[in-house]
Amino acid sequence: MDVIKLVALGVIALIAAYAADQGNDIAFRIHGAIIMLVSGGLFLWTLRKTGEPKPQIALDAYQDGVVRAGVIATAFWGMAGFLVGTFIAFQLAFPALNFEWAQPFGNFGRLRPLHTSAVIFAFGGNALIATSFYIVQRTSRVRLFGGNLAWFVFWGYQLFIVLAATGYLLGGTQSKEYAEPEWYVDIWLTVVWVAYLLVFLGTIMTRKERHIYVANWFFLSFIITVAMLHLVNNLAIPVSIWGSKSVQLFAGVQDAMTQWWYGHNAVGFFLTAGFLGMMYYFVPKQAGRPVYSYRLSIIHFWALIFLYIWAGPHHLHYTALPDWASTLGMVFSIILWMPSWGGMINGLMTLDGAWDKIRTDPVIRFFVASLAFYGMSTFEGPMMSIRAVNSLSHYTDWTIGHVHSGALGWNGMITFGCIYFLTPRLWGRTQMYSVSAMNWHFWLAMIGIVLYAASMWVTGIMEGLMWREVDDQGFLVNSFADTVSAKFPMYVVRGLGGVMFLSGAAIMCWNMWRTIAGHAPVEQPVSQITDADRHATPAE
Amino acid sequence: MDTYSLLRAFADSWFLLAMFTFFVGVAIWAFLPSQRANRDDAASIPFRDTTPDLDQAGDDDFLKGQSHG
Repeated sequence: MDVIKLVALGVIALIAAYAADQGNDIAFRIHGAIIMLVSGGLFLWTLRKTGEPKPQIALDAYQDGVVRAGVIATAFWGMAGFLVGTFIAFQLAFPALNFEWAQPFGNFGRLRPLHTSAVIFAFGGNALIATSFYIVQRTSRVRLFGGNLAWFVFWGYQLFIVLAATGYLLGGTQSKEYAEPEWYVDIWLTVVWVAYLLVFLGTIMTRKERHIYVANWFFLSFIITVAMLHLVNNLAIPVSIWGSKSVQLFAGVQDAMTQWWYGHNAVGFFLTAGFLGMMYYFVPKQAGRPVYSYRLSIIHFWALIFLYIWAGPHHLHYTALPDWASTLGMVFSIILWMPSWGGMINGLMTLDGAWDKIRTDPVIRFFVASLAFYGMSTFEGPMMSIRAVNSLSHYTDWTIGHVHSGALGWNGMITFGCIYFLTPRLWGRTQMYSVSAMNWHFWLAMIGIVLYAASMWVTGIMEGLMWREVDDQGFLVNSFADTVSAKFPMYVVRGLGGVMFLSGAAIMCWNMWRTIAGHAPVEQPVSQITDADRHATPAE
Repeated sequence: MDTYSLLRAFADSWFLLAMFTFFVGVAIWAFLPSQRANRDDAASIPFRDTTPDLDQAGDDDFLKGQSHG
């Protein structure tokens, strides 16, 4: 086995070396060098281990090593993504920050996809992988399926992030929002994602519970749908296999529709379904009581799955897209309000009879805040998808504000809550090092989000109104540059909101470090509750 | 008929009906009184894991919490 691995790694390193030397563009050549170094390093590592006795692995314990790595990676990429985000917020307020010496790598156009991918795919993606691996083991009461395949998923995903991020800086992009990586990075992500599906599905199929817990339904739909979206939206033909440039298979409005079918479902299945999987496990677990209504969770799941997939066309109002298609997208977006709020109510009402925990338990406070922002942004979204509202809000900062109240509020806050839940448990501590640091983080993040969202509402509606303002002769009153200078104060406020959100996350990293440092990880045995014990559990 | 029109006609008639029927079926199933025990059983899965519950060790309040499932 090791021999096959060595041969494969050697061949990959050689091909990558050729690509690094002969590639057609800088992004491709540097990626060749990165892959050459990674596969060369793995070659040496495998070679040194060959013939050594394999370490004994306790198969009756949960596989938490990969979850621990995922929690740390989540915090690391979160800091990177928030930092870039805050910097580009100030670039918009003070264009001089597009430094001349850093061109073209440090300009807004290249840093912006770095920010969006870092927060969505690196921060959010690592949080999803780590929590899904934690939850699926505990709710199936088995060790992860596939042994070290879980580690392949983790490291393979980090390699994808590094290739995507360096690609953006070097200009390797296919210019599709949230799907910028070029063809070879897309192929690599597909391989990693299939391995992820195998680990997750294999664990569910070997489960010791009769039922598949609802959180796993959400995670599974997230994994499968993202695979489908990724494959269809990235259908492209490379210009040369020795270069990063590729040409999309679809063109014109078909391409636009495919892109926003992908784009909106990335929100729907990556940032919503997957994170709802976290919600359905961690909120009941931390509150110490089962989810408010399991039947609501079933209807929530199927309604969300059936409706979200149609909402994409609302990104293309007043374009070449046929009216019937954009009306369809708008109607489904509005219907989507119902399952979204059903899910929010199900999460919040789980605290029914334990509302005092919001005051006493900082982890619950993060969860409640995230559900509140989920409810708020899933109300705002359908409203903005209405064509008349969209004519005011589209292309303005209102959209950016909406996205961030969802991303910082819902995804960010629930991920912080999960990190605070997992860190002490994974490293065998009784609690986080500092509870007051958790409170500082909470309030810094909350005020940061409020500053961000409020300033973007003001500036978004203002610029929307300025763009459509006409004088009594029917001429436009404002030039585009007028709106840009009018937005300056709100851009500074937005940047300050970002600084507060970032500082909160920095406090979290310090708190994690103090909690983890000097403590050996603990292996937790797989739960051995038998059927007899189970029936002894009173199930009213 | 070209492929597009054929698929389009199928999608907004029979397949739409099939999906809608499935969804209504799920909704009815979710409310079946005979499934109550299964729902309660599934809802309590997170609490059958023996990972030491650090913040609330020994706290079994959840068993007393009223079930709405």
